[in-house]
Amino acid sequence: MSKLKIPSSPVLDMTPMVDLAFLLVTFFMLTTKFRPDEPVTVDMPSSVSDKILPENVLMITVDSAGRVFYNIEGQFTRRELLASLGSKYKIEFTEQEQQRFAVLSTIGMSMQNLKTYLGADEAGRKAMNLKTAGIPIDSTNNQLADWIVYGWRAAVNTAVKNNKEKDLRFAIRGDGAANYTTIKRVVEIFQEQDINRFNLITTLEAKPQ
Amino acid sequence: MSTHLDMTPMVDLAFLLLTFFMLTTTFSKPKTMEINMPVKPENEKDPQKINNAVTAILSDKHSVYWYYGEFNPELTQLTKTDFSPEGIRKVLLDKNASTKKRVGELEDKLAKREIADSTFKRMKIDIQSEKQSLFVLIKTDDKAKYKDVIDMLDECQIASVGKYAVVDIMQKEYELIQNYK
Repeated sequence: MSKLKIPSSPVLDMTPMVDLAFLLVTFFMLTTKFRPDEPVTVDMPSSVSDKILPENVLMITVDSAGRVFYNIEGQFTRRELLASLGSKYKIEFTEQEQQRFAVLSTIGMSMQNLKTYLGADEAGRKAMNLKTAGIPIDSTNNQLADWIVYGWRAAVNTAVKNNKEKDLRFAIRGDGAANYTTIKRVVEIFQEQDINRFNLITTLEAKPQ
Repeated sequence: MSTHLDMTPMVDLAFLLLTFFMLTTTFSKPKTMEINMPVKPENEKDPQKINNAVTAILSDKHSVYWYYGEFNPELTQLTKTDFSPEGIRKVLLDKNASTKKRVGELEDKLAKREIADSTFKRMKIDIQSEKQSLFVLIKTDDKAKYKDVIDMLDECQIASVGKYAVVDIMQKEYELIQNYK
């Protein structure tokens, strides 16, 4: 019996495991991009197309009720966009409102409501998103055209400043249940600006054999 | 003095973070379908393209009305179908059979690595833009949904149709749908 040796405490060398764990943590931390809170839920139609959406897009979202929302990426771009929109519609935005606009994502407000929207807290914005009619697209009050033109210009200016590619893509993210007439109107507004190439955002479905 | 450090809390934390990031990361990027819309004045002429064309008009409840060839107010007969595999897909596959076959052969070659990716793309476009391959005109009435248009574009892709356009409906065609029983 005297030969049986009982170790006082079972020590395990955990160093390799910890190395691996931290490696993975670092990987996931660096690859994660947090998705900002979207004001609308959109059920995208599926398609067999497997092209991946390029970076640097100006995105128009149309929900099932036909409300139109707008999104463009890049904080500098968004600041410049807000400044040009403000001067066109004669609305002064405070520094705080500009900052808020720069970090928000999709916007679906008419210019008249935009200042209130940016001034509101999160709960207030949520409530406004529920009852907003989206960005006006009718020919008498075509605010979407201004959003597109100024956003495009701002994106190009930012790209030039940073010596990056100037190519901005135009994407339409429509709900499958949206009336095509609304999408058609959005396409028409794009085409009035000589934009004829679009990316329609879809989810993947298997190709039938 | 022992140089051992109790790493357990640190490892706990590391794994907690690891789990968090693993669960919140979404790898799937949204997919996209690229489309070029015809510039308005251009699609009014171009009579040679109409030779081998299917016009599909999308209407309510995901129905498709289609006819082949040029529109003739007296002779054109609409056929009603839908998006099932036996529906508009069969029509397009029938009409575009030779192109589909040739693109299929090309895809086989690509799978066997006999041709390069860029060659494949170029040859596919060449085949699809030949005169005898099908041209699809997609029109919508006011009841069509966005999903229908995407489905229709999809059917074109499935049937290897390279030439398609989403254009405005003509008043005469609209009347035909209204009178269709």
